[in-house]
Amino acid sequence: MAAPCVSCGKAVSYRFFLGARVSLAREQGLWKAAAAEVQTGTASQILRLRHTTVVSTKKNIAALRRETYTLDFIKKQIEEFNIGKRHLANMMGEDPETFTQEDIDRAIAYLFPSGLFEKRARPIMKHPEQIFPKQRAIQWGEDGRPFHFLFYTGKPSYYSLMHEAYGKILDVEKHQNQLRAQGLFSEKTKTKDLIGSRWLIKEELEEILVEKLSDQDYAQFIRLLERLLTLQRGGAEEEFVQRFRRSVTIQSKKQLIEPVQYDEQGMAFSRSEGRRKSAEAEAVVYAHGSGRVSVNGTDYLLYFPVTQDREQLMFPFHFLDRLGKHDVACTVSGGGRAAQAGAIRLAVARALCTLVTEEEVEWMRQGMSGVGGHGCSHAVPECLSDSCSGYLKSVRRHLNVQYAGLRAPLFMLQNCNSIFQF
Amino acid sequence: MRERSGTPNLHELDAGHFLHTGSQAPQNLAAHLDNQVPVESPRAVSRTSESDPAKHGEQHEGQHYNIPLQDLKAVFPHGLPPRFVMQVKTFNEACLMVRKPALELLHYLKNTNFAHPAVRYVLYGEKGTGKTLSLCHIIHFCAKQDWLILHIPDAHLWVKNCRNLLQSTYNKQRLDQPLEASIWLKNFKTANERFLSQIKVQEKYVWNKRESTEKGSPLGEVVEQGITRVRNATDAVGIVLKELKRQSSSGIFHLLVAVDGVNALWGRTTLKREDKSPIAPEELALIYNLRKMVKNDWHGGAIVLTLSQTGSVFKPRKAFLPQELLGKEGFDTLDPFIPILVSNYNPKEFESCIQYYLENNWLQHEKAHTEDGKKELLFLSNTNPGQLERLCAYL
Repeated sequence: MAAPCVSCGKAVSYRFFLGARVSLAREQGLWKAAAAEVQTGTASQILRLRHTTVVSTKKNIAALRRETYTLDFIKKQIEEFNIGKRHLANMMGEDPETFTQEDIDRAIAYLFPSGLFEKRARPIMKHPEQIFPKQRAIQWGEDGRPFHFLFYTGKPSYYSLMHEAYGKILDVEKHQNQLRAQGLFSEKTKTKDLIGSRWLIKEELEEILVEKLSDQDYAQFIRLLERLLTLQRGGAEEEFVQRFRRSVTIQSKKQLIEPVQYDEQGMAFSRSEGRRKSAEAEAVVYAHGSGRVSVNGTDYLLYFPVTQDREQLMFPFHFLDRLGKHDVACTVSGGGRAAQAGAIRLAVARALCTLVTEEEVEWMRQGMSGVGGHGCSHAVPECLSDSCSGYLKSVRRHLNVQYAGLRAPLFMLQNCNSIFQF
Repeated sequence: MRERSGTPNLHELDAGHFLHTGSQAPQNLAAHLDNQVPVESPRAVSRTSESDPAKHGEQHEGQHYNIPLQDLKAVFPHGLPPRFVMQVKTFNEACLMVRKPALELLHYLKNTNFAHPAVRYVLYGEKGTGKTLSLCHIIHFCAKQDWLILHIPDAHLWVKNCRNLLQSTYNKQRLDQPLEASIWLKNFKTANERFLSQIKVQEKYVWNKRESTEKGSPLGEVVEQGITRVRNATDAVGIVLKELKRQSSSGIFHLLVAVDGVNALWGRTTLKREDKSPIAPEELALIYNLRKMVKNDWHGGAIVLTLSQTGSVFKPRKAFLPQELLGKEGFDTLDPFIPILVSNYNPKEFESCIQYYLENNWLQHEKAHTEDGKKELLFLSNTNPGQLERLCAYL
């Protein structure tokens, strides 16, 4: 079959593909070639020729219905982008050499002001790699043979990744067996601290592989990686696994903690603010006291006749087991009754961060009762350099739960041994 | 919106509590034999066996004393806060806590000089702190001392939500409230049976063409007349008040005038005439007569008053001071009076209250008797007796 094709000339050489349609001009050329063949070849050959006149300039069959961007096209776009960047820099009067993406964004926002609410609909100018979706390069060669040995599985990159991971597992096991045989195997398992990182999510993995995955595929892959983690592994495997983990920022580092202040009488107190809905509160928590709380100058019992609001105030103290130990004087404005209670609660929690140890701050953030109840009675008034903004998150979570029902706020305390559980 | 309630649970201890605990007795006794101290102390804190208010003193502060149930019906046909009545029914016992304001008042009352004009005592305080039940404590004391109790359980009931206002038969400008008056007369009769036959009226009263009460007939007749002839009930009340005031100076009996929610006597009412014009309190015969009663121009007894925001009309929620609740007019009328502040529980009383509940198995939550639980309750109720009682109702 190759021979008659070759004789037909170069135009036909790329054209033995499955399925695609042929443009008219080429068809004529082919038919001419076919006609030529008729004279020379047999009917079957003609038939074969007919069937094989599929060629098209479209290279990626799978993306037939989607636009595909050729490499040339992308390259051209990149060049245009760079030139445009320099033009823009000139327009804005800045140095083209040191014009960064943030500068571009600012310039575009200035030159094309848009009032659209959807931020993604506003004009943007970014590098083409961020705009055009990633596509797979051609996966088969001139002769039609696919490059990758797993091409016919349909998901070559995924399966090759799995293959690689499994290969690594086998290697490690083999290594372990060798060590055992030699008697040098030691049971120590160094558990790498996996706390600050998480596995890739399915979307991220799809993005890396440029292939669609199913949930089971993804789960299988993660299981394989976790199995690799359980074995003793060397540096190479470690690096392999780390490619698939993303770090999770520790939120608690983000919040500033005010240092403890001292007022005229020498009493240690700490002041901070909190907001909820449209209520704003500022709370001053004294380090030593008897549990009196005054809101806007009046007693909290009079200000919040509803028990639910007082429960909100109680929660930060109860969580840290410091119920009768602090006095609070706070001011609040705006919002409604429950919003004010929530705002004060947040302000009190933040103020307590100062008066409380760092572990407890982290504990508050995560809202767990896992950290054993070590008595946190020493209110060390040190300037904590780390912060506990994550408490915001857990507080928000708590707050979001509370409106599920009237007494629901203390559902959160189910693991915190509160007396009020409804 | 809120009913008049919320005063502290003045709980009493059963006299002879070891016998009273009935089913719990065997285990308790066994426990007692083993270790006396832990079981004793909660009881020592929360209850006392002294059931005569006259003998209550500083050492009983914070403890509950028991009022036998028959006494309860005799002394308090009306006048106990509704929540307390429910609690009495649940626990099958009526226990009142001895608290400082009441002790102070008792001390004053024990030392009253009956020759001097009646002294006015005003119990005031924030909502739910225990004014009404303190008043009940005083009334119990006076009843035991054989005083005549003139107890108006809630003056607010007379200035709002009254139907059937009639033009008064006695004085054309005033208005009668037959229903309220008759109810009050019935309760008054139950509370003071024994006096009604002793006291004789000193004037002749003509009710209508056919009926009249002769001079010298017992007061009971007037009361009967009021109860049977509802139209004349208000006048009957007026007569009772007048007679009692006149005769208390004579020394046959001591008179205790106890009014709860006295700030209703001055201020505004929610009542309107048919032509929708508002009625001032003075135009109500009951209120008019009661005002005369509360003036200290008689001797031979005492006047104990309670301010109350809970049932009041047109008064802000946070008002509790006499000046705010009585208004200028009321304050001037009552002017020389002894104010007694009723405040929230102190820690000892709080502990005692919790113990009382625990003993009666009222707190079912497993964390209720732990320290943490108590702290939570303390914070949430801010040691306010009314709030505490409401909270504990959920547990």
